[in-house]
Amino acid sequence: MADVVLNNIVKTYNKGEVKAVNDVSFEVSKGELFGLIGADGAGKTSIFRILTTLLLPNSGTASVNGFDVVKDYKTIRKNVGYMPGKFSLYQDLSVEENLNFFATVFNTTVAENYDLVKDIYVQLEPFKTRRAGKLSGGMKQKLALCGALIHRPTVLFLDEPTTGVDVVSRKEFWEMLKGLKQQGITILVSTPYMDEATLCERIALIQNGSMMTIDTPDNIIKQFPDKLFAVKADNMSRLQNVLRNDPQIKSCFSFGDFHHIIFKNGNEHSQNELIQTLQEANFQNIEIKHITPSIEDCFIKLMN
Amino acid sequence: MKQFLSFVRKEFYHVFRDKKTLLMLFGLPIVLIVLFGFAVTNEIKNAKIVICDYAEDEATQRIINKLEAGNQFKITKSIMSHTEIENAFKKENIKLAIIFPANFNKDLLHLNKAQVQIIADASDPNTANTLTNYATAIIMDYQQELMKNNTIPLRIVTETRMLYNPELKGATNFVPGIMALVLLLVCVLMTAVSIVREKETGTMEILLVSPISPFLVIISKAIPYFFLSLINLSVILILSVTLLEMPINGSLWLLVAESTLFIICALSLGLLISNNTQSQQSAMLISMMGMLVPTMLFTGFMFPIENMPVPLQVITNIVPSKWYYIIVKSIMIKGLGFSAIWKETLILFGTTYFLLFVSLKTFKNRLV
Amino acid sequence: MTSEVVIKTDKLTKRFGDFIATNEITFEVYPGEIFGFLGANGAGKTTAMKMLCGLSTPSSGNATIAGFDIYKQTEEIKKHIGYMSQKFSLYEDLTVIENIKFFGGIYGLSDKQLKEKSNELIETLGLQREAKKLVASLPLGWKQKLAFSVAVIHEPKIVFLDEPTGGVDPITRRQFWDLIYQAADRGITIFVTTHYMDEAEYCNRISIMVDGIIEALDTPDNLKKQFSATSMDEVFYELARGAKRKSD
Repeated sequence: MADVVLNNIVKTYNKGEVKAVNDVSFEVSKGELFGLIGADGAGKTSIFRILTTLLLPNSGTASVNGFDVVKDYKTIRKNVGYMPGKFSLYQDLSVEENLNFFATVFNTTVAENYDLVKDIYVQLEPFKTRRAGKLSGGMKQKLALCGALIHRPTVLFLDEPTTGVDVVSRKEFWEMLKGLKQQGITILVSTPYMDEATLCERIALIQNGSMMTIDTPDNIIKQFPDKLFAVKADNMSRLQNVLRNDPQIKSCFSFGDFHHIIFKNGNEHSQNELIQTLQEANFQNIEIKHITPSIEDCFIKLMN
Repeated sequence: MKQFLSFVRKEFYHVFRDKKTLLMLFGLPIVLIVLFGFAVTNEIKNAKIVICDYAEDEATQRIINKLEAGNQFKITKSIMSHTEIENAFKKENIKLAIIFPANFNKDLLHLNKAQVQIIADASDPNTANTLTNYATAIIMDYQQELMKNNTIPLRIVTETRMLYNPELKGATNFVPGIMALVLLLVCVLMTAVSIVREKETGTMEILLVSPISPFLVIISKAIPYFFLSLINLSVILILSVTLLEMPINGSLWLLVAESTLFIICALSLGLLISNNTQSQQSAMLISMMGMLVPTMLFTGFMFPIENMPVPLQVITNIVPSKWYYIIVKSIMIKGLGFSAIWKETLILFGTTYFLLFVSLKTFKNRLV
Repeated sequence: MTSEVVIKTDKLTKRFGDFIATNEITFEVYPGEIFGFLGANGAGKTTAMKMLCGLSTPSSGNATIAGFDIYKQTEEIKKHIGYMSQKFSLYEDLTVIENIKFFGGIYGLSDKQLKEKSNELIETLGLQREAKKLVASLPLGWKQKLAFSVAVIHEPKIVFLDEPTGGVDPITRRQFWDLIYQAADRGITIFVTTHYMDEAEYCNRISIMVDGIIEALDTPDNLKKQFSATSMDEVFYELARGAKRKSD
């Protein structure tokens, strides 16, 4: 049985004016590392708050560990771990004090479940007497994660845990999550960063309150309907204009040092024809290659 | 110059689009003027006084008629012993007693001199003075009247006694009021802000998604402030007794017990406010503005409640500090015991229970 | 007169007590350039940007912004630059039009210019139906695009952008960069910080700050060659990994 289930969840604000979550349904299996990928305002936080029983949906049903989020909220609250955005910690309590507090709130002690948080906590230990407010973003993130884990939850909800944190800490964080997965905890993570999507087992791409697709990253990439090409030349800005105005090209989006394009009626000749067109337009160092789409490519495709 | 005007225009937009601030900006002055206009009056109205007329002759009758003429006094005529008069001050909250001795008129006619005794409740020295002066003035007026028809000077001597506070110290009136004000403000403000702060920093979310009962969360918030308020109370009492020479004529333990009840009441009010506010700023505004003005006006230590128009008097009944003020004065200044203040205590207890019940019931265990 | 350089710094430093937030940074930025100013949180980026905008006085070192001295001519600097950050851009309780009028007025545009510019802006961004709505009701992506357009409404020499695309969806992000390109084409120098490494590739040159010092400054291609990396992500990770300061 799935650990987390949502059925046709709708959530509106401002008396229906703002539709934050628009008929969302999905399931997360036990022990899965599930990613909710989308921009700010897509509805990720609202979904998490409904699942952690902090918000009531306007319609639809949802359950965690088989318990209904509306009727059995008390049971759910005993068993889940939650890390809201902006790592809510007690700024004027030390690392140790914060952790001990959260353990006690869940009727347990740090010692009891230490094995679960050990790998993370060792990085915090040198700072254990420092006030949480004085920690760096990466450290706060680790402490908040420990706090959410200390009572050995069955499901862990992490709302944008990597936002506002330095690049190195972000990578370390995902390593820690992989380690946690091995302990059998179901983990739901939300993030606006597309590159983090591939680190999850299954992902949901969400935009404007609606699910665009839910699948493994690999399947989503496999389902990309068109052949994708990357194009590069000496003047990328001018190249983009030229590509966008080219009648043979359906779409062109910049991706760092390459532009990703899709041909309207692609065939084996399209690539060479384009090279010719670009040479005639006086571009130098032209490079075109066929590439596998990234999650971001898929996201953009689905948005259209 | 144009930049300046741009800024000014923008500031106007901000002000007019912030409904809450607008309410305060226009609402508050109106409320204040109306309240203060009606509540603040040094005129005496309906002051409860007792007249013991042992003489019941034409002189006393004339004076009593004059006293009854205006609406300053609510007069009860009865013959009472001194003990009974003292009790009347204690139990029935009379403000003044005027005692005419048995031979009042006879003394005037034969001795050209008579006495009247005036006893005033000086726990509020200002009112005591005003009432005494007024009564004396009326008596002197009568004296003038008599003198018109007489060549021999007549004298009515008023002997005044100020009960509870013979030195007419202002402190006796305002210290209990300050106690009420300080305890109320501190407790309400501190609990409200503390709870709302958890909401603002987001830690409240984590607490909600946990097995801990919300009841325990908010009670734990109140406990430090409970103890701090007891310390506050001790400091105020020590200062009043040593520096301001306030008496504690009644039982200290009773005073502490009643104060504890009042503190719990104020804490509950803070809890109720925090349930309905989302930002520390609102919590502070409501606690300070919302609590300060009514408490100052309606407790009765700055402006006597009897002088206010009846609708306002009714409002004062729901201000917990009013009851606490009466309790404190009764214990500290009048030296009374529980039997005298059981009604006020019951009201305070009921208010506390009600506030606690409502705040726990309306505690939001979800966001929004 | 250094008219061919819009930003020139010479050992610019900012100290807070014993802590050196920005340590003797020296670099130049040229007109119409898109200059990426990268670094992890706590590397000293925000402190540096504040100095360049005239919002914070340096502890030592020199700099000229748009030809004006960073110590003596901060008011002149402010007149010739635009600024937009993720945290604050527009007044939420004013409408789109009111915001445009206000900032246009602040930047000294005449009434006629303001009318022209604001119509142009609303056209370009497609905000005709939203013009009289409060900014608070706009989706995040539109807010950011509007904020940028307002920041350059007075065609400043340089515009400073502090993580302008944080949290925005991929399509809006690219539309935002289209606006940046258009501004650069008009000769406005863009000084931008970002956490998206693909955006680093859109810049003409990039500097990467680590522990208060500029550890690398070059074109994206050269940096990748220098660090034998295939992407800016790798370059950045190489440099940030060794950082001692990981604070906010």
